[in-house]
Amino acid sequence: MDAFLAFLNILKFSDMGWGDNLFYGLLATLQIAFGAYFLGTAIGFSGALGKINGGPVTRFLLGTYTTLVRAVPELVLILLLYYAGSALLNELLMSLGYKPIDISGLVAGIVVLGVVQGAYSTEVIRGALQAIPRGQLEAGRAFGMSRFTLFRRITIPAMIPLALPGMSNLWLIVTKDTALLAVVGFQELTLTTRVAAGTTRYYLEFFLIAAAIYLTVTLISNLGFKWLERRSTRGMTSLGH
Amino acid sequence: MEWYWVGEYAPKLLAGTWLTIQLLVMAIFFGMLLAIPLGLVQVTGPRILSLPAKAFCTAFRGTPLLIQLWLLYYGLGSIFPYIDGIRTSFFWPYLRDAFPYAVVAFTLSVAAYEGEIMRGAFKNVPKGELEAGIASGMSRFQLLRRIWLPRALQNVLPTLAGEMVLTLKATPLAATITVYEIFGVGTIIRQETYRIYEPLLLIAGVYICLTGVIVLLFHWLEVRVPKASG
Repeated sequence: MDAFLAFLNILKFSDMGWGDNLFYGLLATLQIAFGAYFLGTAIGFSGALGKINGGPVTRFLLGTYTTLVRAVPELVLILLLYYAGSALLNELLMSLGYKPIDISGLVAGIVVLGVVQGAYSTEVIRGALQAIPRGQLEAGRAFGMSRFTLFRRITIPAMIPLALPGMSNLWLIVTKDTALLAVVGFQELTLTTRVAAGTTRYYLEFFLIAAAIYLTVTLISNLGFKWLERRSTRGMTSLGH
Repeated sequence: MEWYWVGEYAPKLLAGTWLTIQLLVMAIFFGMLLAIPLGLVQVTGPRILSLPAKAFCTAFRGTPLLIQLWLLYYGLGSIFPYIDGIRTSFFWPYLRDAFPYAVVAFTLSVAAYEGEIMRGAFKNVPKGELEAGIASGMSRFQLLRRIWLPRALQNVLPTLAGEMVLTLKATPLAATITVYEIFGVGTIIRQETYRIYEPLLLIAGVYICLTGVIVLLFHWLEVRVPKASG
């Protein structure tokens, strides 16, 4: 009992406790996850459109991107993009006559994980776009919709329910992939936990707490995506299956 | 780009690649062995078995593998030495080494993801085939061995290649607990030669080759296994 109370003391939200550190770690994790997810979705959307409508060169480049990223471990990609990306950017800035900048861990993390996510979401969104029944698009065109109107009114709403299962999966993957940034020294939840565990010697307890926090994020996200899926598939329960 | 170090480190690189393959094959093999009962009890088992199986799959799929790995290695690893008599026991050489922890962590992760897939696979075996088995007087175990399991495995085969590639891509995490597989060897090379990109690029190449081998292997296997007619 005393040992348990002593451990609770260590979790206090104060200079002496690690509660606040874990909380800020979680915030950093969520920030990166959100940022990388949105960047990845944006890349995925452009990538999917490029793969479907682009010329042979665009398609080849996008194919190389998605294949390479999906065959190389995230950890290797993170190191490559982290070092190579910041070195390239600084060389570019120097050649343009600017001073080199120090890229913040947050931005680097978001960009790196976003690029990785982009490869996966390109495939998810491409699959969803191609699964839209042709008749719906033809009906829109027959009504005289412009390309943009067609895209906004038919393609997007028809695509969302098809892309949601894949996209929710990708969100769950990115929240867990943020832990990889601990290896390059970014202070998100996993690294904070490791530091806390190493300092206090409560290894088992701290890693269990971190696991519980990640699991909570996953379970809450699951609820959210279930709600979204129910919303977006209203009125089409029997269709399309 | 300078590659002078490749020759010098070739034996280490080969050993690292071999360790990666060992880790991958053991994790997939033991993970699948666990996944079959995990999937089965979720479809047909009593609640006392199906609920823990579901909880296991949810917990291990919902937390980062890195946390699981560190929980096992640092968490359990820091407790084991305090258990009386363990240092003199038969298990101690294994408990002291990092590799078994990596194998266990990857196995449990594969079991959780594949268990979920096996659940769907068992569920999707057409009812008529099982009823036909019962009608011809098979016992429950015969039914499982002759119809249910082979049909479920047939359903799972196409997803197995993907799972294996995902597991391969997770193996570099083992380097964080001092298992010097190919990524770990790359880290050593980077520290010793001060080359940043070349070792990483070489290792990326190794992973691409391994991925290619897995894809080809399963393609070869899929052609040989009769197609599920759905």
